[in-house]
Amino acid sequence: MRSNCNICVKISFFRRPALFRSALWAASESNMMKSEKIMEQTRHYFDNSATTQTSPEAAQLMLEMLTQSYGNPSSLHAMGYEAQLKTEKARRQLAKAMGCEPKNLLFTSGATEANNLALLGAAAAYPKRGKKAVISGFEHSSVEEAARELERQGYTVCRVMPDQNGHITAEQFAALVDESTLLVSCMLVNNEIGSILPVPELVKAVRRKNPGTFVHCDAVQALGKLKIQAQKWDVDYMTVTAHKIHGPKGVGAIYIKQGARVLPRQFGGLQEKGIRPGTENAAGIAAFGLACELADAGRAEHLRSVTEVKNRLLEELRGVKGIVINSPEDGLPYLVNLSVLGIRSEIMMHYLEQEGFYVSSGSACAKGAKSHVLAAMGIGEDRIDSALRISFSRYNTPEEAALLAKRILQGMQEIRR
Amino acid sequence: MKEIILLKDGEIALKGLNRSSFEDKLIKNAKRRIAPTGSYRCYKAQSTIYIEPRDEEADIDEAVARLQKVFGIAALCRACVVEKDFDLICSTALSYLDEQLREAATFKVKAKRSDKSFPYDSPKICSELGGVILDHYPHLKVDVNDPELIVTVEIREFGAYIHAKQLPGAGGMPVGTSGKAALLISGGIDSPVAGYMMAKRGLELIPIHFVSPPYTSDRAKLKVITLVHKMTAYCGRLPMYVVNLTRIQEAIKDCCPEDLFTVIMRRFMMMISERLALKEQCSALITGESLAQVASQTVHAIGCTDAASSLPVLRPLIGMDKEEIITISRKIDTFETSIEPYEDCCTVFTPKHPKTKPTLAMVTEAEAKIPGMEEMIAEAVESVEVILVTDKGAKGYIE
Repeated sequence: MRSNCNICVKISFFRRPALFRSALWAASESNMMKSEKIMEQTRHYFDNSATTQTSPEAAQLMLEMLTQSYGNPSSLHAMGYEAQLKTEKARRQLAKAMGCEPKNLLFTSGATEANNLALLGAAAAYPKRGKKAVISGFEHSSVEEAARELERQGYTVCRVMPDQNGHITAEQFAALVDESTLLVSCMLVNNEIGSILPVPELVKAVRRKNPGTFVHCDAVQALGKLKIQAQKWDVDYMTVTAHKIHGPKGVGAIYIKQGARVLPRQFGGLQEKGIRPGTENAAGIAAFGLACELADAGRAEHLRSVTEVKNRLLEELRGVKGIVINSPEDGLPYLVNLSVLGIRSEIMMHYLEQEGFYVSSGSACAKGAKSHVLAAMGIGEDRIDSALRISFSRYNTPEEAALLAKRILQGMQEIRR
Repeated sequence: MKEIILLKDGEIALKGLNRSSFEDKLIKNAKRRIAPTGSYRCYKAQSTIYIEPRDEEADIDEAVARLQKVFGIAALCRACVVEKDFDLICSTALSYLDEQLREAATFKVKAKRSDKSFPYDSPKICSELGGVILDHYPHLKVDVNDPELIVTVEIREFGAYIHAKQLPGAGGMPVGTSGKAALLISGGIDSPVAGYMMAKRGLELIPIHFVSPPYTSDRAKLKVITLVHKMTAYCGRLPMYVVNLTRIQEAIKDCCPEDLFTVIMRRFMMMISERLALKEQCSALITGESLAQVASQTVHAIGCTDAASSLPVLRPLIGMDKEEIITISRKIDTFETSIEPYEDCCTVFTPKHPKTKPTLAMVTEAEAKIPGMEEMIAEAVESVEVILVTDKGAKGYIE
């Protein structure tokens, strides 16, 4: 209930007449921060790999874009021009965070569209390069399902299985690459356990085997968290999304290396070079750019603070009988996957929710299905059934993490097995 | 492992007594260009400039990429610095150059020993280190005449430098060592290339762009700012002058024969540019004209435009074909922007059949019919807008 009150505060704020809004915004900033703090105390959001809170800065920029700079970036008049300046600024901000040139980025409606565009668009652009694709065995569903579509189109798809720590070596990928391999796809950070995949080495190893093979990297969970250098790593396609780094939902992007191509999967106007037609989501794009800039500028600081939160959680839980950590030690500290043996994930999740702790039982995109990621790692049924993904953001505190740990331990006592 | 960047000057080395002023300018330009990538100590010794990162934060990859576009540098290489201990030198050479040694088929070791207190002399360093490399990379062969990879070890006063692959620099002369010139920039393919070529010969540029709202749009102006922004990678920061030509163009259209419109307009551009150039201590004008490319670029038309200015007009593209110009345009990454389809002020009011062989008499006679010419030129010069374009962008346009 308390949390609902806080939502009311925010909604009523936006309902005030526009004239007063900007003045109010400044005046109420301290109140806002206070209310956010209360909100954080009552809602302990630990599902940041599913999505994140849009930062107040990004939300404010979106509001400005929607109510003031609302021109269509493709319109020839000054309002269109104004919107275009803002989307182009966002492209530069994103390029900086991805280590590439702005001109090689196209905005999409999110990472699912971007991943589909990479796999299916590349296959369509190069029908004669070979009919084989190699992907990791624990890709996000938007890559896995796009790969299945390739299978339906007659491609052979090989899957490289990770070890128990979620690691795959570059050589394992290269071993499956031959002269008929069109594409290799590997995520940079796994979305369920946080293991970091050796993408730069993978590109080199794949190229040694077949210089004509394209490499796609789903960098959704890494953007703003790890230093990404798309151009230097020499990947052909890289995909990202805004809502995992405190940007809005509904906007993502694809990097396409100079010289590599994709054919469009939808048809319309000339927006985004005609490869991704449709009126640009200018407000979302601008907010995405700002989110990138904030994430990139604070990367080291955020990593430090998130590591502290993660360590605090593990301090309380490590060594407890019945708890197994599924994430590797050297994974990205932004998430931890663990199993509370004997208690089904969903039950624990709903138990934690009662006190305002929000965690996940796996990828949100899997909608409750059993984790194919943990299965691919060769983890046993009992651990898969009881797995929780706890994922952090810069808004989490070590104190909340300690509370969450306490609550999990309580749950282990209270929930009937 | 500490890495530094070594720069070899090109033509500067041939200069006489004023060589050090060229080198100082080069160091200043290089320093400014790599400042966004970290903090560095820059110094010179024996026709080499040393760029040493002050801390771990520096992004050396980015710094090298930026330095490859700084004029005045013939070649550059990344080197690893170690203590002057032979075993350490060997082990570092193996780890630091691993990838390059793996990829090469033949190699040789070159040693320079300026610190004569080092116990091994140069031939001994070469043979010993060569032996170690051969032991670790059995696929390699030594070729002293034409090796694929030259592993260089320099024993200097402060430490030993190990490097191999040399990267090509941009060549030319440091920007600013030849003075200043005004570049007439339109938004097409040619003028950015002309500016690039003259900056390469050491000229500092002041781009001058003409707009004629409402016939030209904000997007056309943004296109030129984007071009100038791309040029900053080579030319450094550029103060861009934007001149409003609407009133003048309308007057020419009203008072002069249609077929002379373009040549007269270009004469006005020259007159205005000359005044701005002199105000900014420029000693020349630069245009992207290429002989016979269009009607206003015939020898006759060029003769007419040339006569409008007393400053020398540099036309680096005069003898080049479009394809050659496009090749450079692609190299400096301006091509894709140049071909964006916005109307610019050279295409406003273009005559259907421009005169290809105008004479100066014809043109001056037509111009005489324009009332208040001097006043219009003065107004255009007065109302100029200056936009500072740096590698970071331009305020209000590229942020």
